[in-house]
Amino acid sequence: MSREPAGGELPIASHDDVVRVRQLARSLAAAAGMSLVDQTKIVTAASELARNTLVYGGGGTARVERVERPSPRAGARAGVRIVFSDDGPGIPDVDQALAEGWTSGGGLGLGLPGARRLVDEFDLDTEPGRGTTVTVTKWCR
Amino acid sequence: MDRVPILKIGSVLLVSIQVDLQDQTVLALQEDLADRIVRTGARGVVIDITAVDIVDSFIGRMFATIASMSKLMDAETVVVGMRPAVAITLVELGLSLGGVRTALDLEKGMRLLGAPVPGVS
Repeated sequence: MSREPAGGELPIASHDDVVRVRQLARSLAAAAGMSLVDQTKIVTAASELARNTLVYGGGGTARVERVERPSPRAGARAGVRIVFSDDGPGIPDVDQALAEGWTSGGGLGLGLPGARRLVDEFDLDTEPGRGTTVTVTKWCR
Repeated sequence: MDRVPILKIGSVLLVSIQVDLQDQTVLALQEDLADRIVRTGARGVVIDITAVDIVDSFIGRMFATIASMSKLMDAETVVVGMRPAVAITLVELGLSLGGVRTALDLEKGMRLLGAPVPGVS
């Protein structure tokens, strides 16, 4: 039996770091036994959110970890949780930021609402001037 | 930063992406392609993403930009080899890539562009 990949906290200070966050999310999702489609969804969401952290948050960190929750049938269900944190300007209007097609930058406005659709749990904690933390979780089905 | 090589086969430029794409790599590819289309007079561009395991909104938008840009320079773009999991995720993300022509594999993409494909005869 091969060793499980360890989760951890990665810096997001460059576009190369965004790729590293994707790679760590991929290895944890695969080790948790997630289907290929679900792996692709959590990794794509991670890519969107890591880019947001870099471009809008001015850089920050991503903590990638394996999580478990009790399941009546299988004993425990595994999943992957990723917490993106930055000390950037924060989001003044959360409803607007989560709306389809709205963008403060030059993007398509798919980042936050798109990432939210790709995961099972999505939590956005932000305050103007105090930074932004986005927590996402995807569970094995 | 990795740079994606652009190969020329007849009048078609072939780009086979074999690296983990980061934003700067895709932006550089866009510029390199524009340059090569003009210099070679290529009539078609095939972007092979068989080895690409995720396409997010930025990368997807760049494929659409490359397709529009090459069209303005009289070259048709076909994206080939998208993995099923990538297609499912892209649609759920909200990106349908409506303006981008696709084909299941490299051979079909080359045929779509009217490029000669070596076959067993």
